[in-house]
Amino acid sequence: MKTLLATAMTIAALAFASPSLAQTPPNVLIVGQIAEPKSLDPHAVTAVNDFRILMNVYDGLVRYKDGTLEVESALAESWTISDDGTVYTFSLRDGITFHDGTPFNAEAVKFNFERMLDEDHPFHDTGPFPLAFFFSAVDTVTADDELTVEFKLKEPYAPFLSNLAYPTGLIVSPEAVKQYGKDFGRHPTGTGAYKFAEWDANAKVVVSRNEDYWDGAPSLEAVIYRPITDANTRIAEMLSGGLDIMVEVPPDSLQQFRSDDAFVVHEQAGPHLWFLILNAKEGPFAKKEIRQAANYAINKKALVDNILQGTAEVAAGPTPPAFAWAYNDGLSPYPYDPEKAKAMLQEAGYDGGEVTFYVTEGGSGMLDPVAMGTAIQADLEAVGMDVKIETYEWNTFLGKVNPGLEGKADLAEMAWMTNDPDTLPFLALRTGAWPDKGGFNSGYYSNPKVDELLEKARRATDQDERAGLYKEMQEIVREDAPWVFVANWKQNAVTKASVEDFKLQPSFFLMLQKVAKPQ
Amino acid sequence: MSAYIAKRLLAAIPVLFGLTVIVFLIMAMIPGDPATAILGSYATPENVARLNRQLGLDKTLVEQYVIWLGNMLQGDFGRSYTLNRPVIDEVMERFSATLVLAGTSLLLCSVFGLIAGVVSAVRQFSFTDKIITFVVLIGISVPSFWLGLLLILVFAVNLRWFPASGMFAIYGGGDLPDLLYHLALPAVTLAVVATGVIARLTRTAMLEVLRQDFIRTARAKGVTENAVIYRHAFKAALVTVIPVIGIQAGFVLGGAVYIETVFQWPGIGSMLVKAISTRDLLLVQGGVLVVAAAYVLFNLAADVVQTLLDPRLR
Repeated sequence: MKTLLATAMTIAALAFASPSLAQTPPNVLIVGQIAEPKSLDPHAVTAVNDFRILMNVYDGLVRYKDGTLEVESALAESWTISDDGTVYTFSLRDGITFHDGTPFNAEAVKFNFERMLDEDHPFHDTGPFPLAFFFSAVDTVTADDELTVEFKLKEPYAPFLSNLAYPTGLIVSPEAVKQYGKDFGRHPTGTGAYKFAEWDANAKVVVSRNEDYWDGAPSLEAVIYRPITDANTRIAEMLSGGLDIMVEVPPDSLQQFRSDDAFVVHEQAGPHLWFLILNAKEGPFAKKEIRQAANYAINKKALVDNILQGTAEVAAGPTPPAFAWAYNDGLSPYPYDPEKAKAMLQEAGYDGGEVTFYVTEGGSGMLDPVAMGTAIQADLEAVGMDVKIETYEWNTFLGKVNPGLEGKADLAEMAWMTNDPDTLPFLALRTGAWPDKGGFNSGYYSNPKVDELLEKARRATDQDERAGLYKEMQEIVREDAPWVFVANWKQNAVTKASVEDFKLQPSFFLMLQKVAKPQ
Repeated sequence: MSAYIAKRLLAAIPVLFGLTVIVFLIMAMIPGDPATAILGSYATPENVARLNRQLGLDKTLVEQYVIWLGNMLQGDFGRSYTLNRPVIDEVMERFSATLVLAGTSLLLCSVFGLIAGVVSAVRQFSFTDKIITFVVLIGISVPSFWLGLLLILVFAVNLRWFPASGMFAIYGGGDLPDLLYHLALPAVTLAVVATGVIARLTRTAMLEVLRQDFIRTARAKGVTENAVIYRHAFKAALVTVIPVIGIQAGFVLGGAVYIETVFQWPGIGSMLVKAISTRDLLLVQGGVLVVAAAYVLFNLAADVVQTLLDPRLR
């Protein structure tokens, strides 16, 4: 027996002997992703995880300026907008080719949008295109000449430019779509800084440097994206040297990386809002004073510092500060004041009746929803509200919350990440966005002034004018308190100390064009 | 024997068929739908309806099932909506990865379980027996996902002897030594519980056999003790142990679900977990069918081996 064991151990030791784990090679960046990509066709996907690859393989007509959510030129050199806000004319950059060698031109742009929007287009069946409605305002796309393309909108739609900067607006090679058809998503071909090289299912996606990139070839030879779904495994892989960058680090582990000189922690607040939807149609929260009392009763600072461990900031209103140009920085968060909340509840005649609180187990942008829910319950109970929690798995939760809270619940957790200050309030605060009208206003908030401001902002093409309208909207909404405004999430990432010029963006996209790793 | 195998295989067909119906019904009953899962925040009723139409989910459940069944019988398992590739490609790739992992684990747990059980039984109540029993009980009681994380922490993060995750090296590699190198930690983790179960059972079976008359007769005839143990007792005890190994094969396949998640092993378990949470019906359907078929085959194989070993069953 002993001999047998010893032999087995020796064989094992010999077979697995490896002096030390291979370090990642210089000029190759290995990125730890949270999941296998669904597809590398930018028009077919919806997940941020996929965007992290796509934004480096493709370009759009426009893009977000470094460090902001403001739009600047990319494949389009310049553009004009007609006075009525319905015609956008883009002049395209000359001499750009797709990775497959075919030219980028106005016809290619036209092909991209018609494939998504026109159900009779010969390549519409290479979809489905779940986010095509980002461009549902588009009526026609015309190629005026080789390098001029004109979008005619059905009605003025101000978020159009920032939607073009979103991954759904990235431009794919028409010839590659024609060649690969439904499998284009596995043979991505764009104009971006990196060319697709290899997709080894469930193991890695490799992209390599595009020497001819119009905005300057990147310094990295290649980027390898590895899907590692379990957060603990991702951390172990980062600590053992198998990754150069890891995204979405759980709060518990940030400290460990911070205190180690071999790593650099990056953080960046983004266009994210974590809030509670209050049922303004029935029950206690139908009264504005009680909704405000809930905002005073919840200790948001404690939630952000203790549960989220500093990975978020306290939110003041419905618009995240990351939309710097549209954010009303005169707003301050509701202070934590349980005494005031108690007094307001009493004054408003709250009878101590039970309220039902929908909590989810997890989900896109929901951070730590169960712990958050329990702490919120405790805060509300401290001011005399009787809160009953009902917890649901994410998809079930959405199935309950999206059709509206009426008859079911008084408050619900929710989080949104958007790319334009229009999106969240337009879809979730207007009277026209009540669930029965096809929107996400699950708490039935309604204020005609807010409706008017949002409609107007969508039609205005001047950014300053839009900004003024959004700022006014934020003040009214903060006062009306249809939601409890809780937190704005800060995205984080950890890189090895040898990674240079890496920066997180407020858009939450992972831009690797300028990153270097010489050793 | 071949008639028996054919009968068993035929009997498996209604089981597998029923299974597909159940999976279909369960997936239809659980709340949430793939369109909502894909659209996330943007799941307005209008967008959901449009996407459902494009995915072919606007048809009735019976229609969907009949279409799926018809295609499946012709070898077309459909296309996964979350991965945008044919289900059969994904399932087969994933399943072979699981087979490598589960097969290695099964080999490890059979070899070590049998050795530990036999040694324990032969030296009943000795110090060796107590040590083995102690270790085996710990092995049975430790939650595998925790053990997996512990092994990663010790052998990947601190000692850096083994990689923390994956099946092949990201850079270079791809050959057999590379595979074994990546296989070591997950296979050991997965084998631990089953090794314990097999060891305990082998011990009991051996003890029982060793007390029987034919062993006494053998000893009385002057057969050497080694021959008594290995040629006579062990062979008889195997009859009891083999079906348990068959059942353990099922548990190892099931246990692979979380071990695969912990070690990022690209197997079918982690695929199914993700497919269920994203409501990817066709992928769940294909995956479950393959796992169930494998389970049926394992049990059949165990029964056949048992029949061959035990003359009374022939």
